[in-house]
Amino acid sequence: MITPMVFKALGDRGSRIFLLVLLAFAVAVPVLNLAVPKDSLLHVPTHIVALLGKYVCYAILAVSLDLVWGYCGILSLGHGAFFALGGYAMGMYLMRQIGTRGVYAHPVLPDFMVFLNWKELPWFWYGFDMLPFALLMVVLVPGLLAFVFGWLAFRSRVTGVYLSIITQAMTYALLLAFFRNDMGLGGNNGLTDFKDITGFPVQAQGTRVALFVMSIAVLAATYLAARMVVTSTAGLVLVAIRDAESRTRFLGYRVEHYKLFVFVLSACMAGIAGALYVPQVGIINPGEFAPANSIEAVIWVAVGGRGTLTGAALGAVLVNFMKTTFTSGMLAPYWLFALGSVFVIVTLALPKGIVGTLQAMTFRRLAAPRAGIGGEATSARPAERTS
Amino acid sequence: MTELKVSDSVLYLDGVSVAFDGFKALRGLSLFLAPGEMRAIIGPNGAGKTTMMDVITGKTRPDEGEAVFDGRHDLTQLDETEIAELGIGRKFQKPTVFESHTVADNVRLALKGPRTALSALFGARNAIARSRIDDVLERVRLTDHAERLAGDISHGQKQWLEIGMLLAQDPKLLLVDEPVAGMTDAETEDTAELLKGIARTHSVIVVEHDMTFVRALGVRVTCLHEGAVLAEGSIDAVSSNERVIEVYLGR
Repeated sequence: MITPMVFKALGDRGSRIFLLVLLAFAVAVPVLNLAVPKDSLLHVPTHIVALLGKYVCYAILAVSLDLVWGYCGILSLGHGAFFALGGYAMGMYLMRQIGTRGVYAHPVLPDFMVFLNWKELPWFWYGFDMLPFALLMVVLVPGLLAFVFGWLAFRSRVTGVYLSIITQAMTYALLLAFFRNDMGLGGNNGLTDFKDITGFPVQAQGTRVALFVMSIAVLAATYLAARMVVTSTAGLVLVAIRDAESRTRFLGYRVEHYKLFVFVLSACMAGIAGALYVPQVGIINPGEFAPANSIEAVIWVAVGGRGTLTGAALGAVLVNFMKTTFTSGMLAPYWLFALGSVFVIVTLALPKGIVGTLQAMTFRRLAAPRAGIGGEATSARPAERTS
Repeated sequence: MTELKVSDSVLYLDGVSVAFDGFKALRGLSLFLAPGEMRAIIGPNGAGKTTMMDVITGKTRPDEGEAVFDGRHDLTQLDETEIAELGIGRKFQKPTVFESHTVADNVRLALKGPRTALSALFGARNAIARSRIDDVLERVRLTDHAERLAGDISHGQKQWLEIGMLLAQDPKLLLVDEPVAGMTDAETEDTAELLKGIARTHSVIVVEHDMTFVRALGVRVTCLHEGAVLAEGSIDAVSSNERVIEVYLGR
C-alpha cells in the first residue's frame, strides 16, 4: 500500500530534481567542510554549515505552510507558533543537558530558575531530560494546539481572512505568554547557553555537520509525506475545498475533518523544523512567536510558488539568503524595503511564484500548475486508454 | 385527492417558512414528491426556488415546518454533509465544478463510495476503477475532454459535467437548478433527454425557467410564488392557470 504511494508521490520530474539537489547538498557540504583544508577556496566554514542548516529548517516550515495554504487554502499567519513550540520543546531538552555546567551550577534547575529563586523544577519540565520524550513533545505540543484550535475554528466554519486573523492572534497571544517569567520558560531571554546534545557538544564542527545532514533528511521526509498527501485522492479533496468549499460539502465530504487533518499534520512538521532549528542557532526565545515571523514564512511560499512544495522550500532558502546578505553590512537598514519589494514584485509579475511559473511553462497544456497535482500521472492516462 | 403520507414520499415538505432579516423567502411551502417521480419547479425570480433547495440540502435551517427525506430522515436536524450522505445530490444554478481539477478528477471526487479522510489518503478512494469514471463521462459526452481542466471547458460542458457528477454520486434524489441556462436549443433538447433517462432510476426535482424545456420533460409541474405553491399539475393545467399567467408567464 505504501510503496505504490511513494512511487506516485515521487513520480514527477520536479520531485526527482528536488531530492537530487538535497542529496547533493547532504554530500557536498560535509565533504567541503570536513575534508577540504581550511585554507582552500572550496572550504565551507562551520558557521556557514550552521547557516545552511538554518535555511533548511525554514524550508521545512515553508513546505508545511504550503501544504495548508497552497493546497487547502488555509492561510495560516501563525505557523511560526508551531515552529517555536517545537523549538521550545527541544530547547527544554538542551537546558536539562547543561547539568552542573550552568553559571549557578545547580544540578537540576536551569540558571534562570535559580536566578528567579525557584526551589524546584515545575511539573511541565519533567521528562525533558530524556531525548525521546522531548522529541515526542516536539510533535505532540504543536499538533495538540493545532488540533484544538482547528477543531474549534473549522467546526464553526471560520474561513478566509477571519481565520488568518485568529491564527495571527494565536501566535501573538503565545508571544505575550512566553515573555512572562512566570511561564517558567526563561521569559524574555528564552532558553540558551546550550552545551550538549545526546552527549556531543552543540557547537562542535562534527555536531554542526550532523545536524545539517539530519535537517536535509527531515526536509526530504517532510516533502515525501506532503507529496504523498497531495498525490492521494485526499489531495484532490483538499484542492476541491480550496477552490469550492461548499460544493465539496454538498458532495458529502466532511470538510472540517480534512482541514483538521492537514492543519495538524502541518503543525507537527513545523514543530519538527523548530526542533532542528534551535540546536543550530543556539537559542530559542519568545521573539520566534512574533507575528512578523509567520508572515515572512508566507512570503517565502508566495515567492517560491504556492501549491508546489518544491517552490516553498526554494523560496525559503532564497529569501533567507537575501536576508542574510542584506542584514549584514552596509545594506542592513534596507532589508525590510527589499523584502517588501520582493513580495510586491512577485505578486505582480509572478503570481504563481518562481516554481509555479516554471511549471506552467513546462506543462502548459497538460498539468494543473495551480493545483500542482497530476503532471506526469495525468499525462500518462490518455496513452493508457489508446493502447 | 388521496391523502399524502410522509412514509410514501421521497421528499415531504410541510409548512416550511424561512425569513432572512424579515424578508420571507418561504412562507408555508408544502411539497410532496413520490419515489421515482420527476418534478419541474417554475416560478418568477424571488419565488423561493433556490431557498427551497437550500432547505432540502441543509444549507439553510427553516424557521418552521417539516422537511422529511425518504419518509424518515428529518432534514432540519442534519448538515450538508450528512444530507449528501443520505442521498441527496445537488446541481447549482451557476455551474460549480472544481476548475483546477481535470474533468475526470471531478467525476472521481463525486463517485459514490467512502468519503472519509482516511479512505482518501490510504484507502478505497484511491482504488476507484477508471471504468466507473469513463462510464459517467460517456453518459454526459465528455469522454474526449476527460483530461482537460474543468476550468477550460465550455459553459454547456460544465453544466453537463455537473450533471455527470450527480450521476456519479448516484443519490436517491437529485436537485437540479437551471440545468439549461446558457445552452443552445440543441443542447437543451439533449439535456431534457438526459434528465428523462436519469429520472427512470432516480427521483428528480428540476428548477427551470425555460418553458420549452419544461414541456419537453413532460412531468408534473409546481409553480412557486412568494415562497408558497401557487399551482400544481400538468404543464397544460399550470400554464393555463390565470394566476400563473399573471405573476409568471405574462400575457
